[in-house]
Amino acid sequence: MSETQQKEYLDTPDEFGNFGPYGGRFVSETLMAALEDLEALYDRLSKDPEFIAEFDRDLAHYVGRPSPLYFAERWTNKIGGAKIYLKREDLNHTGAHKVNNTIGQALLAKHTGKTRIIAETGAGQHGVATATVAARLGMECEVFMGEEDIRRQALNVYRMRLLGAKVNAVSSGTKTLKDAMNEAMRDWVTNVDNTFYIIGTVAGPHPYPKLVRDFQCVIGREAKRQCQEQTGRLPDALVACVGGGSNAIGLFHPFLSDESVEMYGVEAAGHGIESGQHAAPLCAGKPGVLHGNRTYLMEDENGQIIPTHSVSAGLDYPGVGPEHSWLKDCGRANYVAINDEEALDAFRELTLVEGIIPALESSHALAYASKLAKTMDKDKIIIVNLSGRGDKDIHTVAAIDGISID
Amino acid sequence: MSRLKACFEALASQQKTALIPFVTAGDPHPDQTVDIMHVLAKNGADVLELGVPFSDPMADGPVIQLADERALLHNTSLTDVLAMVKQFRETNQDTPVVLMGYLNPVEIYGYQRFAVDASAAGVDALLTVDLPPEASTEFVADLKDKGIDSVFLIAPTTTDERIKKIVAAGSGYIYYVSVKGVTGSASLDVGDVKGRLETIRNSTDLPIAVGFGIKDSETAKAIAKIADGVVVGSALVNIIAGNQQDKAALLDKVGVFTRSLSDAVTEGC
Repeated sequence: MSETQQKEYLDTPDEFGNFGPYGGRFVSETLMAALEDLEALYDRLSKDPEFIAEFDRDLAHYVGRPSPLYFAERWTNKIGGAKIYLKREDLNHTGAHKVNNTIGQALLAKHTGKTRIIAETGAGQHGVATATVAARLGMECEVFMGEEDIRRQALNVYRMRLLGAKVNAVSSGTKTLKDAMNEAMRDWVTNVDNTFYIIGTVAGPHPYPKLVRDFQCVIGREAKRQCQEQTGRLPDALVACVGGGSNAIGLFHPFLSDESVEMYGVEAAGHGIESGQHAAPLCAGKPGVLHGNRTYLMEDENGQIIPTHSVSAGLDYPGVGPEHSWLKDCGRANYVAINDEEALDAFRELTLVEGIIPALESSHALAYASKLAKTMDKDKIIIVNLSGRGDKDIHTVAAIDGISID
Repeated sequence: MSRLKACFEALASQQKTALIPFVTAGDPHPDQTVDIMHVLAKNGADVLELGVPFSDPMADGPVIQLADERALLHNTSLTDVLAMVKQFRETNQDTPVVLMGYLNPVEIYGYQRFAVDASAAGVDALLTVDLPPEASTEFVADLKDKGIDSVFLIAPTTTDERIKKIVAAGSGYIYYVSVKGVTGSASLDVGDVKGRLETIRNSTDLPIAVGFGIKDSETAKAIAKIADGVVVGSALVNIIAGNQQDKAALLDKVGVFTRSLSDAVTEGC
């Protein structure tokens, strides 16, 4: 890896929101002013000690941070290889890493004076985390969610409604996360004067990939400190699932300059990469422009976005955050894929062996970590981002087992 | 002189406003698009906006989303759209054709390749909804090199500073988006539009077309009084959607509606 490449991936994005050739701001003109305002606001507040202190306070006392770094000893012994530590984002308030970002963006929203919040959601975790912060601030909240995902994630839909949010079913296109994002963009164009759009992942037009990353970096900063406290050294490898990629960037980013630390982003191979029914743009897609940024996409030879498949709604997305595309091209992070079956096996295994029910999204990271651990010495250390808890997925897993629990 | 420039200059000399209908290429079927284009031109359309279908049309309302879905059911690609324009040009060398769509199909086609092929097909301009001028300097130059204009949008939210940037990069005409929203959504406020057009005219001599919210002859007439061009999309696409089963009736109804718009625009001038 050359010197220039190292510098390029360490100091991103540039002033235009570019991560190498990726990122940028590709939206219709109506939204440009709102994005320029958001960029200016974030530039100012991200350097404001009061804003930073307020964010840290909320993370400590509302979210419950720091989240533990837990040595999964029984699971490690069962696998027989590197020691596996779990970064317990599942223990955050609302049950996933998503809330780190919604707390941050809600504080930004408060400073804009806008009274209405919108969000897109796939698995519903981001929708719940957004409805939660909106309830706390007394702001109106509407969440866009694909019809297919509403069916798969009924529990989270009801949670959002209890929190006072309006959940809008999106029936266009593939009825999943990408279509929910299209619909949220359409709403934002229409109501841009009074509405703040809380994007849930490190994708979208500049400055979203940057600010969502910054808010999620608390994961990696804590993990680094906790690993040093518990083991006296840095980990050898980091593993995280990648849909849009916010939990992965949050873990990876604070380690980017620690060259001894390997990074593995795990995409959803669905029914298998060779089947074409997957959600692995970094492993099997090519660059293009969607949802405001240039990044790797699942697309056909005419530039049309193609349907994706994953057992986990949160990974069922044809794009990925632009910073991941750049880390891939620079060779700094490795991107691999785990299929539905492997993820389900890891889901069951962690539940039985450690008494922790992981989200199906995070189960992809767990499945890859167990493969990776076997290839590494016992004195090596892997940190897996356990990005969310699996309560929301119980119905999906039960249905696969042929059990009805309604 | 570019076809668009000639068209707007000729209209200006007669103190007329351009009628600019929009249809999605390949809707309801790729075989019908060229016929629809001819019917539009024969019934008073001065410029044609031809939508390039995309799987994720983020700036469009339900009417044009469905048009894109119908076109994509038949795999209408950018290559197909260029072939349609080429066929249209076999018998019509005068009516300017503007392709309107999203960036990704063009990105995958290849920017320079697009400029060459679009020029050869007889395309006059490109309007890419999600490509702002600051991100398209090289591409705009490639297009200009091949005699293709770049039409950019100005929105109700566009700042004065951005207006200057946009009119400097754009050519052919400026497309003023009359409402905050997606295509075919709310109705526009003529008074608001008038004020914004005056602001834009302080920065440019380019003709200004107005679209997104013009649903009927009455609004078309009111906008014709204050703009250089009137764009009608969703209302027309709705007629196509309602007549998918009968090719002759579809052409007939599209023709009648276009003529009514053309009369209204002429009356408004």
